[in-house]
Amino acid sequence: MTPGSLSRNPSVLIFLATLALFTLAVTFLSEAAGAGLISTSFVKTLGKTLCLCLIALAMDLIWGFAGILSLGHFAFFALGGYMIGMWLMYARTEVIVVEALAGAGLPPTPQEIRDGIASQIFGVVGGSDLPAIWAFAGSLPAQLALVVLVPGTLALVFGWLAFRSRVTGVYLSILTQAMTLALALYLFQNDSGLRGNNGLSGLQNIPGAEAVGQDWLSVWFFWASAAALGLGYALAAWVVSGKFGSVIRAIRDDEARVRFLGYPVEVYKLTVFTLTAVITAIAGALYYPQAGIINPAEMAPIASIYLAVWVAIGGRGRLYGAVIGAVFVSLLSSWFTGGRAPDLNLGFYTVKWVDWWQIVLGLSFVLVTLYAPRGIGGLFDLIAGLRAPDRRGAALGPGDGALREQEAKE
Amino acid sequence: MSALLEVSGISVTFDGFRAINNLSFEIGPAELRAVIGPNGAGKTTFMDIVTGKTRPDSGKVLFGERSVNLLGMTEAQIARAGVGRKFQRPTVFEDQSVAENLMMALKADRGPFAVLRWRPRPEHHARVAELASEVGLADHLPRKAGELSHGQKQWLEIGMLLAQEPRLLLVDEPAAGMTLAEREHTTRLLVDLAKTRAVVVVEHDMDFVRRLACKVTVLHEGAVLAEGSLDHVTRNPAVIEVYLGRG
Amino acid sequence: MRQILMMLVAVILFTAPAALRAETAAELLTENRALIEKSSRQSIGPVIGALAASGDPAAQAVLEAWADKRLGLRKSDGAFFLLTETPEGFALTDPAGTPAGSAAKAEITALKPNSGVRGLIATALVQFQLSDPDPAKRAAALASIARDPLPDHLEPLAASLARETDPAITARKARLASLLTLRFHPDSATRVAAIDSFGADLGLDLRGALNPLLATTRIAATAAPEGANIAAELEPGSDIALEAAYDLLVAAGRAPARLTLADQRAALLAHAQGGSVGGVAVADLADQAARDRAYTALEQAGLVPTAATEDEVTAAIAAHRFFDVYAEPDPAVTTAAQAALARISLKVGAMQAADLSLDALSLASIYFLAAIGLAITFGVMRVINMAHGDFIMLGAYTGYVTQQIIPDYTTSILVALPMAFAVTFAAGVAMERLVIRHLYRRPLETLLATFGISIALQQLAKNIFGTQARPLTSPAWLDGAWVLNDVVSISYIRIAIFVLALMFLGLFLFIMKRTRLGLEVRAVTQNPGMAASMGINPDRINMLTFGLGSGIAGVAGVAIGLFAKVTSELGSDYIVQSFMTVVVGGVGNIWGTLAGATLIGFFQKGIEWLNPSNTLAAQTYMILFIILFIQFRPRGIIALKGRAAGD
Repeated sequence: MTPGSLSRNPSVLIFLATLALFTLAVTFLSEAAGAGLISTSFVKTLGKTLCLCLIALAMDLIWGFAGILSLGHFAFFALGGYMIGMWLMYARTEVIVVEALAGAGLPPTPQEIRDGIASQIFGVVGGSDLPAIWAFAGSLPAQLALVVLVPGTLALVFGWLAFRSRVTGVYLSILTQAMTLALALYLFQNDSGLRGNNGLSGLQNIPGAEAVGQDWLSVWFFWASAAALGLGYALAAWVVSGKFGSVIRAIRDDEARVRFLGYPVEVYKLTVFTLTAVITAIAGALYYPQAGIINPAEMAPIASIYLAVWVAIGGRGRLYGAVIGAVFVSLLSSWFTGGRAPDLNLGFYTVKWVDWWQIVLGLSFVLVTLYAPRGIGGLFDLIAGLRAPDRRGAALGPGDGALREQEAKE
Repeated sequence: MSALLEVSGISVTFDGFRAINNLSFEIGPAELRAVIGPNGAGKTTFMDIVTGKTRPDSGKVLFGERSVNLLGMTEAQIARAGVGRKFQRPTVFEDQSVAENLMMALKADRGPFAVLRWRPRPEHHARVAELASEVGLADHLPRKAGELSHGQKQWLEIGMLLAQEPRLLLVDEPAAGMTLAEREHTTRLLVDLAKTRAVVVVEHDMDFVRRLACKVTVLHEGAVLAEGSLDHVTRNPAVIEVYLGRG
Repeated sequence: MRQILMMLVAVILFTAPAALRAETAAELLTENRALIEKSSRQSIGPVIGALAASGDPAAQAVLEAWADKRLGLRKSDGAFFLLTETPEGFALTDPAGTPAGSAAKAEITALKPNSGVRGLIATALVQFQLSDPDPAKRAAALASIARDPLPDHLEPLAASLARETDPAITARKARLASLLTLRFHPDSATRVAAIDSFGADLGLDLRGALNPLLATTRIAATAAPEGANIAAELEPGSDIALEAAYDLLVAAGRAPARLTLADQRAALLAHAQGGSVGGVAVADLADQAARDRAYTALEQAGLVPTAATEDEVTAAIAAHRFFDVYAEPDPAVTTAAQAALARISLKVGAMQAADLSLDALSLASIYFLAAIGLAITFGVMRVINMAHGDFIMLGAYTGYVTQQIIPDYTTSILVALPMAFAVTFAAGVAMERLVIRHLYRRPLETLLATFGISIALQQLAKNIFGTQARPLTSPAWLDGAWVLNDVVSISYIRIAIFVLALMFLGLFLFIMKRTRLGLEVRAVTQNPGMAASMGINPDRINMLTFGLGSGIAGVAGVAIGLFAKVTSELGSDYIVQSFMTVVVGGVGNIWGTLAGATLIGFFQKGIEWLNPSNTLAAQTYMILFIILFIQFRPRGIIALKGRAAGD
């Protein structure tokens, strides 16, 4: 981050300051700090929301800036969660198994401990052997590396295949959705080595921190999530600020023209795709210890589409828009679907928000797409008195002609 | 003088329709050439092949002193090798400022990590300003390209091409939609450019071609029908038959 | 087959009791009273045989009564009677069948044959049942024999075959007789002939009869067992795992058991004294090598049984040979049975391939049906409609609602098809007018907006119909399946869907190639501006095209609802597959969609066949395959080329 890029992006400083203030406020109001105005579970909800903001940020980079509507980012999110979850579950089970064996006369051999862990973890899917993919589960540094490596490699390979064959637009979206679906279906199998649809559980217990209560753990994770979001925001702002940002926006608007400028478009797409996949995976690795459980349903294609909804409602192509969208929609969603919203009595019919929220969300999404393509972020422009350049087509979409050409190509 | 671009024996077929039929073409390192021909003669397909957008079924395209075969390269590689292309319709990045458009086109390392680290230095700003004044957009640098007029977009695109510093420039109907004064300017610019590099102009407008005062290649049904000065080819009966005769 | 049967009958007639003695059942009973009173399985056989062979029509009743414990002796004179229990005692009937008054319970000794004797009687009764005048009873007897065949059944079955008049039952009897012959006949050549007579018959009963012949047991021995019918000798390490081979030796008591880690642990614990075991401190036992040392020390002290070491295990295995031995002692029979099973499995393989192809074809037609509407909206108009799946769901629910109103299933289906078309056509037109019209040329936004509609529609369906699956019942004439043989069959619903898919293909081709609408649609697709200037209203055409695509989705919904559960998530199960079908096939070409559906259908069934237990994995692999497929043919199987594709 150079002074130059900061001065051109005052929003970064504003954002970081707001995030810091928010973090401090939540910390002092939490149960851990004694004020108790915010319950531990709500601190967790807020921490998870920050992680969702981070993935929304990644989504904005790939979609809002590079124009690739990926419906597969929740696959990376969940993979990140699985990688950290494997360590959490293994290490925690190890503590339990060692304790149990210690009371049985002989000190346990490493083999006995391993067998004990395997049958503890995999008994539920009828297995007693530790699958090969758990080879590094005992080592925190290795699993932390895998948090980045596994989703990163998947994104690299998938992206390479997809971009190389010049799959673009909606085709790419559907292909990413298919990838997510394939991964989810694979993980749903009991013999996938990740406990099938049981998923990994008990992730809220951090091995080695048994003495720390959930109230403080929740605050710790909240801090970690806030730090990750802050770093992610600064990184994303840096990436989009310079010529790189110029090039990826140009790719979004007319990738054929960018090719004739000499830029290897596919390599750029692959770079952004992989970078966002890694950011997403880190968000996932922070999210699931707060959620406590992860299973393949988390990466259902619909989750990735909700992600697109957040970014679209928040406002594509501006980083703070993605964050606002994620906060706004996910908190509103959990308020409505959590049964906390009061029913609306229309006299002849009582609207139960648990049942009707999805419909409201779906329709308001249609309305935003139709009438406010700039999303909530567009409001800031109104306040600042900015106007979009007067040109044909959508605010951030490619020009009419260029798009028609690209579409027809496939 | 050895040729900068040497196209030999290329053919390409779309669903049985032979768009290019055993076409051969050559241009020197500092030469201006006009390519004319009726609709469907294969002018645009020819440019598509040279810039890597379309793969021919046969033939080869050699470029530069070391005679690199362009056929195995991607569009971006060809562009980096020094082939610039101006499209018929102005295609600039409307959501970005004139300065950003030019900055992106400046000759520099195109790799993503180099670009990520790249930050503009004073000489880059100076070069952008110089290019902008050359194409008459010096006052419009901070404006979004989408706000420019049609002619200004044409100029911006030419400016971007200049920024790329190509050795071979393919220009598709540069005069379309320009005012008379702008045409004059364009003519001068193209003739100037051809002093240091090869320029291929595809054009319909005979008046414009005449003003370029250069060698002319006439394409018909995907092959070269005639080549020479404009006066020479316009006297060619075959050319009159297929092209001029209709007009 | 026929020759075999004649032979069989001849053989059995010779071995049957030579003469039919002219004695009545009553006389036989009286003659053999002593035997009958103290009947046992060993001694009573001839009496039952004689009764069965007596030719007395009353014999069957007597035998049935005996088996039912309804045959008794009058204590006073030792006369046999058939007993019927009454409140006062028994009503008596003499063995010839005439009523003979009644008697108090005390006057009668009821015979209580043991189960062995009852079994003999039941077998003897078979011949009566097989010759029963009622064909249903004969068929029931055959079914009971087929269910639980015994060697004793063979004789009466073959005997009754000659007297059978009903051709259908004759065929069943002949088949069953052959099946019994190949299992139970004493003569090896006859059995082999019976096996060969079936050829490559696909009947499950045949395989059921052949498989027990080839049952093997696995034995370990130092030398090849004398006189045993050996199926194969097993090479330890390749044919039989070393562990399994050793376990066999342990089970046969020929070698000591290996020491499991759990046993070792228990033994060490049992001998731990004063913080050490076998000279090793307990605290040091967190290591396998240390535990082995401690156990060896205990072994040497004689405190624990000696466990087999690796070397001993190897030696023991080397000292033995391992065999699979047939339970059936006759090698000629096992060879014939093996050959027969090989023939059958070859034929079954071919039939399974045919069955699989039918399954794949039906899956392909389902995908085609689901995708054809999408091929219109996506392929022709380049509009991506994520709510397409929900239109399928809407169609299925329309079918459900129609059935609630019209109880007759046939009528309701006939009404539901156009109803579903109308409902989803209207929904499609409304969606096109209100949303999609504003988003032409912004495909990603169309994707998201239609997705918003999709979640709203799904939730709406959930609110109205609840989360549990609703039945959409097919008319009775669509129940059941078209069965070609034991392997190949296909349900009528699937045939109907196949026909429906063909009809829609025809309809689509007709509309596109032969109607004004089709002409205008093609014109608008190729060049909207030019079409508009020629007096075609592109708005109207887009609206109608979208309505058509959506309407077909609704009809597909009714068809899919007939065999799948109708839930609000019905559509999302099909949406990805439908898109894949269109993309793999090649956008903008109905034949491409057909090819895509066929490819995906066959591929998915193929994977399921390779890995039948796991349809989840099949779907995973299918999606991977599609991702890879797009690498090689990014524009699908049938791609538009050249300028038409905008190149």
